[in-house]
Amino acid sequence: MITSTLLLTIALSPLVGAIIAGLFGKQVGRGGAHTVTILGVAISTALSLYVLKLIAMDGHPAVNMSIYTWFEIGSIKAEVGFLVDSLSALMMCVVTSVSLMVHIYTIGYMKDDPGYQRFFAYISLFTFAMLMLVMSNNFMQLFFGWEAVGLVSYLLIGFWYKRPTAIFANLKAFLVNRVGDFGFLLGIGMLLAYLGTLDYATAFARAPELVGQTFTPWGSTEWAVPTVICILLFIGAMGKSAQVPLHVWLPDSMEGPTPISALIHAATMVTAGIFMVARMSPLYELSETALSFILVIGAITALFMGLIGVVQNDIKRVVAYSTLSQLGYMTVALGASAYSAAIFHLMTHAFFKALLFLGAGSVIIAMHHQQDLRRMGGLSKYMRVTWITAWVGTLALIGFPGTSGFFSKDAILIAVQHAERPGATFAYICVLLGVAITAFYSFRMLYLAFHGKERFGHDNDHAHDAHHDDHGAHDDHHDDHGHHSGPPHESPWVVTLPLILLAIPSLLIGAFTAGPLLFGNFFDGAIFVAEGRAPLAEMAQHFEHGPLAFALHGFITVPVWLALIGFGVATYIYLFNPAVAEKAKQVLAPIHRILDKKYGFDELYQALFARGSVAMGKLFWQAGDQAVIDGALVNGSAGLVARTAFAIRRLQSGFLYHYAFMMILGLIVVIGAFALLQ
Amino acid sequence: MIPLNWWLILAAMLFCISVAGIFINRKNIIVLLMAIELMLLSVNMNFVAFSRYLDDMAGQVFVFFILTVAAAEAAIGLAILVVLFRNRRTINVGELDSLRG
Amino acid sequence: MVVEQILFFALGSLLLLAGLGVVTLKNPVHAAMSLVLTFFTSSMLWILLRAEFLGIVLILVYVGAVMVLFLFVVMMLDINTTPLREGFARYLPVGGLVAALMAAQMVAVLSSKHFGFDNFAPPAPVIEGSNTEALGMELYTNYVYPFEIAAVILLVAIVAAITLTHRKREGSKTQDINRQVQVRRDDRVRIVKVASESSEGHGA
Repeated sequence: MITSTLLLTIALSPLVGAIIAGLFGKQVGRGGAHTVTILGVAISTALSLYVLKLIAMDGHPAVNMSIYTWFEIGSIKAEVGFLVDSLSALMMCVVTSVSLMVHIYTIGYMKDDPGYQRFFAYISLFTFAMLMLVMSNNFMQLFFGWEAVGLVSYLLIGFWYKRPTAIFANLKAFLVNRVGDFGFLLGIGMLLAYLGTLDYATAFARAPELVGQTFTPWGSTEWAVPTVICILLFIGAMGKSAQVPLHVWLPDSMEGPTPISALIHAATMVTAGIFMVARMSPLYELSETALSFILVIGAITALFMGLIGVVQNDIKRVVAYSTLSQLGYMTVALGASAYSAAIFHLMTHAFFKALLFLGAGSVIIAMHHQQDLRRMGGLSKYMRVTWITAWVGTLALIGFPGTSGFFSKDAILIAVQHAERPGATFAYICVLLGVAITAFYSFRMLYLAFHGKERFGHDNDHAHDAHHDDHGAHDDHHDDHGHHSGPPHESPWVVTLPLILLAIPSLLIGAFTAGPLLFGNFFDGAIFVAEGRAPLAEMAQHFEHGPLAFALHGFITVPVWLALIGFGVATYIYLFNPAVAEKAKQVLAPIHRILDKKYGFDELYQALFARGSVAMGKLFWQAGDQAVIDGALVNGSAGLVARTAFAIRRLQSGFLYHYAFMMILGLIVVIGAFALLQ
Repeated sequence: MIPLNWWLILAAMLFCISVAGIFINRKNIIVLLMAIELMLLSVNMNFVAFSRYLDDMAGQVFVFFILTVAAAEAAIGLAILVVLFRNRRTINVGELDSLRG
Repeated sequence: MVVEQILFFALGSLLLLAGLGVVTLKNPVHAAMSLVLTFFTSSMLWILLRAEFLGIVLILVYVGAVMVLFLFVVMMLDINTTPLREGFARYLPVGGLVAALMAAQMVAVLSSKHFGFDNFAPPAPVIEGSNTEALGMELYTNYVYPFEIAAVILLVAIVAAITLTHRKREGSKTQDINRQVQVRRDDRVRIVKVASESSEGHGA
């Protein structure tokens, strides 16, 4: 039985942990902080799994309840409520379990950091906010969760607040997200204007009324209401899920500690946009245009962000660009109406991308916070667990048949292939190429980090110094490590345990859940696909014989071959013949430059928006504030009064009879006017 | 029978006389105060006349209050005059110009 | 009727003459006496208008109190009237012109047909108690708060007049507690060193 107490416990126990760790961090100490937050998240995880079991296996009906009414204005209600169906139950499990892994991992990763308690408070707070987002049954609470995760993300990117780069990055993330959130808020507002409700159930039930209504922004331009609403909401998703052109904040967010990159910027928060679109599927199904828009945006993100990943040298940035690219895949699936495939990929991606990030973090610990791939290599013999789990993660990422990534990515590819809407062909080409690119950069990273020659050694100390400035915030941390001049060694068990625990679902969860999630009726009632659209029907035919047969069949499909080509090229270049890489760099110098500059988005925004607003500010400051307000209004009015007074002062003779004379003159004029006018 | 406007004209003429008085006696503050009393009297005359012709007691009530205020004004005005004379040894309005801008 | 009109014209012209006297007479005492005459005649006119109470009050309050006050002040202050009269002839044309202009305007406005004042007959007098009683009924019922305020205004006027003119007399014996408390030893006691007389010194 799913009761309100159960759901409140799930949502609030991380919050309680966050409050204790955050406000009473000094009193409870380091051990207390991680115990209490891990306990809170563990309770959430266990109960979420129980809820998922009730819904998925025992056929418990979806729960939609209001807990508390915040305020009522006329017919508009702002409530706190929970909608728990298969979609949100699945999201709750993904969020809480990845969060739990990250909590445990953090004990090892942050063990020398002075902001230990603060960090735990933040990640627990994040878990709470994300749970409120996915469990919400209305737009108001969705927006609350949406903003709250954005806030915690901001706080965590700038966790090492003494580093200027971190502060720049978190400001950037916040501002870029603001653009998206503005669209999102407009979307919610428009929905409210046309449907008059904030409640999901009511809004979805009344959504068909929107069809055929038009919205006139100016002149005689007419836009279809469902399209405008869907695109505005999707702009919010573009900000949160880092789709082109609002993706620029995600790579920079890697300034935050690695566990955060895994939890927030790979597994959960960035998928909030995907979740939101899936949740709004009854709306999105109304607008073919909006879906096409989503499809194209997703396809561009999937391919072009993957290409940037090829030239990155920072291990975390490679993973970050791969995250961008995978988010693009999910978006493409949404655009092809394959919402269940998007959610499925979201789930598998949460596991294997968290795994890859945590693996990268483990490597970073071993390399004494050195993140440059060119200074790694040959780590496989020093850190076996990290190496093996990184292989598992990479295989899942490229979609090797049988791994979880294979099922989800294949579902997306097939859905796009069979989508019949404008842009589908373009999207299909993009995602197919993306598969090869993904394989290439994934293996490039794997080889540079774990295989080949050891490129650290003596050089390490030098690099260490070079990075000293960047890592000013945890100097103590550094100095501790600085004493180890020996070879890198495997991370402690609190780091490797989450790796192993994440590697298992990365490998297996796809095979077990693909059937019910993609082709079963698991998402019935939660995700709505218009009649006549069955994006996954083709795949369902192949899947009839079970996951194993499907995996074997995978070996003869195009995507897997493309992945193998990527794998082969990467293997040749980075494992056997590293010289080719340098040569390719020279031959393809212009392309390399473009990729290295990340297509110039940062420069463009810097020039257009940052400088533009500085120039605009200067204009307002000089022309508006100094000239008009200070000069004309404030000093001007005072000066006018002074000048007028100077002129009028002469009338003030100080003699009583002059004043009396004036009054009488006035009287004569008034009576005269009266006599004339009557 | 006396029409109403006779009364009004009588009051207006009294008023004009006091205005002229203010003009020509511009130096003598005592006569100025007397002229103001005359003006108030002419206004009161209007009130009483209207009260009679409109058969409304309110006019006389107003006259009553105006008399009260005028008495108070005369008392304070003369007190100021006394203090003024004590300080400046003159009541010549021509010499009182501290308010000049 | 005719008697009423004759009375109106007689008293009216007397009123205007007395008014002219107020503003033109040289001696302020004469001007004040002329003002008394003005008040008397207007009191008569008000009684003609059946405002008996106000007529009496005008004499009692104005002639009896205010005008006496005027006379007191005029006589008390030893005013040299010569400089006050200067410019009288110079300003007479201007003042007369302005007054005439205003009078012409007012007469034009008041005698026009616009308001219908010219044949506005007084209503038939209703004999029902005295004017004093009627005024009293109004004052103590509908206008009781303004009446109280008027009383306060008079009180304020009394206090203000006394405060303004009050003067500290020289040589009056009063106790200043502030000064008593603030007094210091040095103000009262002076210690003088006197060299003791010695017989030897004296002898030398």
